[in-house]
This record gives sequence, C-alpha cells and structure tokens, in this order.
Amino acid sequence: MTTVSTSRTPVFNPHARRVVLAHGGGGQLTDELLRDVIRPRLTNDLLDTLDDAALLPVQAGRLAFTTDSYVVQPLEFPGGDIGRLAVSGTVNDLAVCGADPAHLSLSLILEEGLDMEVLRRVLDSVQATAEEAGVTIVTGDTKVVARGQADGMYINTAGIGLVRPRRTLSTDRIQPGDVVILSGTVADHGLAVMLQREAQPWITSELASDVAPLGGMIGGLLDEVQGIVFMRDATRGGLAGVVSDMAEQSGQHLTIDEAKIPIRPETNYAAEMLGLDPLDVANEGKVVVVVRKHKAAAALRSLRAHRLGQRAEVIGAFGEDRDGLCELLTEVGGRRIIQKPYGEELPRIC
Amino acid sequence: MTLRGRMTRLVQDFARTARTIERDVSFMEICGTHTVSACRSGVHSLMPDNIRLISGPGCPVCVTAQRYIDALIELGRRDDITLTTYGDMMRVTGADGSLELARSEGADVRVITSTMDALDIAAAQPDREVVFAAVGFETTAPATAAAVLTAEARDIRNFTILPCHKLVIPAMRTLLSNPDLKVDGFLCPGHVSVIIGSEEYRPIVEEYRKPCVIAGFEPLQIMAGIDRLAEQVMRGEAKLENLYPEAVNPHGNPAARALMDKVFIPGDAAWRALGVMEQSGLDLRPEYAQFDAFQRFGIVLGEDQEPPGCRCGEVITGQCVPRDCSLFGTVCTPINPIGPCMVSSEGSCQAWFKYRRNEMKRRRVDERQEVIA
Repeated sequence: MTTVSTSRTPVFNPHARRVVLAHGGGGQLTDELLRDVIRPRLTNDLLDTLDDAALLPVQAGRLAFTTDSYVVQPLEFPGGDIGRLAVSGTVNDLAVCGADPAHLSLSLILEEGLDMEVLRRVLDSVQATAEEAGVTIVTGDTKVVARGQADGMYINTAGIGLVRPRRTLSTDRIQPGDVVILSGTVADHGLAVMLQREAQPWITSELASDVAPLGGMIGGLLDEVQGIVFMRDATRGGLAGVVSDMAEQSGQHLTIDEAKIPIRPETNYAAEMLGLDPLDVANEGKVVVVVRKHKAAAALRSLRAHRLGQRAEVIGAFGEDRDGLCELLTEVGGRRIIQKPYGEELPRIC
Repeated sequence: MTLRGRMTRLVQDFARTARTIERDVSFMEICGTHTVSACRSGVHSLMPDNIRLISGPGCPVCVTAQRYIDALIELGRRDDITLTTYGDMMRVTGADGSLELARSEGADVRVITSTMDALDIAAAQPDREVVFAAVGFETTAPATAAAVLTAEARDIRNFTILPCHKLVIPAMRTLLSNPDLKVDGFLCPGHVSVIIGSEEYRPIVEEYRKPCVIAGFEPLQIMAGIDRLAEQVMRGEAKLENLYPEAVNPHGNPAARALMDKVFIPGDAAWRALGVMEQSGLDLRPEYAQFDAFQRFGIVLGEDQEPPGCRCGEVITGQCVPRDCSLFGTVCTPINPIGPCMVSSEGSCQAWFKYRRNEMKRRRVDERQEVIA
C-alpha cells in the first residue's frame, strides 16, 4: 500500500506559481494575472484606465514610433533580463532618431508552465528600467501559448516619442571629415549572453551585459552639442553592422581605428575563445554618433559626463573617397574592410 | 611598445629583405586559419609589392569533395536520422541544395561545437540514428576518434560518423608534384603542427627543397613567419623553422596521435580539385566499422558536379587568387555563395570578399585606366 506524504503544504492556488493556458484566455484568470502580477508593478494613470487603448495628449511636431520583439534566451543573464532589454531596446531606437522617448506598449507572449516568480522579476525589471528611462508603459497585452510553442516568454514593445524640433539625423547629411564616436566598450551584451548560454562548470565569467536605456545620455548630447549628424545604437550586427551601414548608406568612405575601439580585456578573451570578432557581437547600451569634426571634442565631453558614456572614444572619420566602404585600420597597422556580419548560427541574444 | 609599433618595425625589416630578393615571390598559407587571420588583421595589406600570399588546401570545408556534401545532405534528409555537423558545413551547396536548406525544409540537422554534443544527442534519443559529419584535418580528427571510443565505451549504438578527415602532408606533396606550381615556401599552421609535430614537414624541405616555417595565428607571428620565409629565399636556403616552439614540438601530441591511430587508418581520399590522393584521408579501422555511416546506411558516393565557372579548385591549390575568378564578388558572394571557398569562414574567397574587396575595386579602376591609356 502506498502512503501519500502529507508533509508538504497543499497548494491551494497552483496558478499563482506557474503560468497556465487560462492566464491568456481573457477570463477570470487573466483578470487575476493583471490584478495581482502585472498592474501592481506597472501602475500609472494612463495604464490604470484599463481601456482598450491608451489615450495620449498630442503636441505639435513629429512623433517617432518604433517596435521591436525580444526573444533572448536565457531570460535572465548577467547584467540584465528580457524585461530590461525590451524597454531599453525600444527607448534607444527612439532616442537615436532624435526623439524623447515617452510611452511604451508591452505585449507578453508567455509559455505555459513559465515560473510565475520569473514573470514577476521580469515585470519588476520592466518597471525599474522604464523609471530609469523616464517612460511609462501605457498599454499592453498578454497571451499564453502551449508548452513547447514558445521559449519561456517573448516580449514585444512599441514606443513613441516626440522628435526634437530642427533635428534631422540622417546618413544623407554625412560629409567628408565627419567624426565617429562610440559611447563605450563593445561586445559586452552578446558575449555575456553567449557565455551564460554555454554555461560550463570550467568557465567563470566576469562579463555582464551593457543593456541600458540611453535616452538620458543621448538627450543630454543633443541639448548640449550642435553638429550631431547621425546616430544609431549598435545592437544585433554589432559595431561592424552599424559602421558598414553608415558607409554604404552615405556613399562615403569610413575609416575606423581598431586601436581606439574601447573593449574590456575579458570581453576580448571571451570573443577569442568563441572564435568571434568583437566588432560583430551585439551591444544593447552603446550608441555610435557621427558629428561634425569641430564639435567632436564637445560631443565627447558630453557623453563622458554621463554614467553610461564614460568610456566614449573617437573611433574613426569619414574620408574623401566616395566608395561607400568602411575600412579598419587594424591594431597592427594593416588595413581591411569591415563587412556587415551575415548573421549565421548565432544564438538568440536579443 | 604598442602592437602597431612592433609590427611597423617588423615590416620595415621585411621590406628590406623583400627588396633584396629582386623577384616576385609567392608563399602559401597552407591553412585557412592563416589566410583568414592574415586578411582580418590586415597583414595582407602590409605585404611588399613583390611578395604574394596565396591560399592552400587547408580549409576543411573547401577541400571536401562535392560527393561527400551530397552524401551528407542525403543523410540529413532521411526521416530516421539526426545529422550533426560543425556549423561551417551548413551552407555548402551540393547537387541538391545545402544542409541549411534541408533543415529549413524539416530535416533534423543540428550544429554542434563538440563531438561530445553529438554523443549526448544520440544518448538522449536512442530510437533515432545520429550521424556526425567528420570533416577536418588533424586538428579535429582526434576529437572524432575520442567520440567513437566514448560511444563504444558507453555502448551508444545509434551513433555513427561519416568519415572524411584529411591529412595535410599528402596534400602538400600532391601540390608539389605539379611542375606548374609557383610556390617559394610554405607558412605551416600552428594548430595542425601541435598534433602532428614539426618533423612531419622535414620531407617537404629535404625532398622538394621548399622552406617551411611553422607559425602561430597572431598577426605578429604570421608576419614573423613570412619574414623568415623571405630570409630563406634571399639566402637560397630551404629549412624547417618552428616559430611556435611553445606549442609545437618535433613529434606532436602523442595522446592525440594515439587516439587517431587507434580508431583510424590512412586511406585514399577524394579532395575537391585535387582528385583522389593516396593515403591522404582517414578511414575507420575495421574493428570500428559499426560506427561507419557509409556502411550502416549503404551510402555510395556519386560523381562530383562542381558549379560551372567556379575556380575554388584553383584557389585552394595556389593556381589563382579569388579575384581572378569571374564569379568572385559579382555572382558569388558570402550571401549567395557558389563555391565552398566563399561559404566557409576559413575559405579564401570569403576572407578576400570580407576584408580585401576594396583592392579588387581599385584593381578594376586601374585596369580601366590601363585600357584608356
């Protein structure tokens, strides 16, 4: 005869521990999830109306509007998690267009069985990052898919922000002599996530993702410095993707000096170990700024004054050739092209 | 001194040596890792005008004959098989698509970074056959051998390999038997040499009178290796030099060699462009025949059908450089590769396209100016 152990506390409320399909069904359990888990964390006047759409006051001018989906695995990694990533990524896309990020939507696609504690932590992180970035989550959605049909959770955020007046940032405006500034060390995010994924007992890593909302730093730069020509955050595709795109889209020749690119030694070792070029590896808290030459020193000062830009450096300049190529002056003094990565066989990092 | 300062000094010495030689000289990077590292670090751009670096048959993907690629794709498409492979093989095209395409159509193809991952997959799904695409030189063959021995020890019966490992020295001998080959010396790969040992190159130096210098893959090590080759040419010498003694000893890594010897036996192997070469590959020994995917699945290799116009075969045998191929950079690019040298991350064509494309543009401009003149 089998004796059923009664030593464990009975679970009265199993759906408070894990996400179940009914959490996405639009019924009472969805209400409970919203009431107990989501809304307490993200509360603000616009969200709390619980209308089908957020009603936003409109100002004169132009709105920037962007969206991005986040599928990173693992959901939590050194330096951040999918929630911080989902807010930062969208905020940064708005900021580099010269907009002040204001409001975000948040769509959650949850896999049945997701540990509710993980969801709570991710939502706390969403809120903390939103506060850090000065944005509010004003509308959202939650769906649950059956076990095996998603990888824990996916997040989509969309965001809007008011574009600063008289700020047209475009690769069309790039001229010979314009200078390229990078706001800090490369490859930290991609390598931190990859090492976490490949977690091996014999690898201990100090690497942490650089994921951060850059709206404050970029807003400060635009306030303080004239002559900003173009900006882009260096995410998937790494620094290589951004600089090769800038050369191609502007039709100008860009030279980047490898010796000037800030990189942590531990990041460099990790890249070497995994056979990756750090220039190809993703960042989630770095911006590449093109600025007129005579404003470069002021731009550097402005970026370095911000916590997230302390290691900003001038890494290159546009030249006279009109070949649309980006060339690297290598660490040893040779020259070669910087090619946009193909994007093969990389794990999901953002 | 900074890296840049040290390289500048080395390049100045090298340029003096090169001037003294007073003729055009070609050195072969046997291994794709050297080609890629030299392109990526800009060492190629620092060559004096009369020194040319050409690629050799040392990129595992590039030398794999088309018939093996076809066999892998065929295996990958079978419902009962999980095919495991190093990532580089995914995009090589065979007569009927690629492994990447097969996977997108539902084939169970998995990219692994260690042979032990393939074993773990096999152990986790005992009702499916797991095949490992065993490509590569002496650098990867010991890991394949270890997987076979582990499979035997753990009694994993649903694991097999499709053996197409290659050996470096027989390939060099075949190249040298071609009287048209214009190579003045060989830059020998550090990692292969760690396994086989420096003395394996001795016959190349003594029988064919070609300088061989073993070097590591850092830019300064590569430049130092090329500098030593040029010095030998200047002095009319043919010596074996090991610039990587901290890792490479005369007789290699005995443990790795013992693993290979236990599981494999040298046999004739088909190479892309070089044809079938005697004793240039590794077959499974008869006592390990149960791990041979050829036997278990009755695979018969077909005919090689190389893409029309593709000159990969000449590229990997030092007879031309990538930009000499009319497909290079126009029809054939890393996004839409025609030949394996454009597919592989160690391939010469991909390295030239990624890192030296601008020189081609300049050359085309120069040619146009010559025509106008």
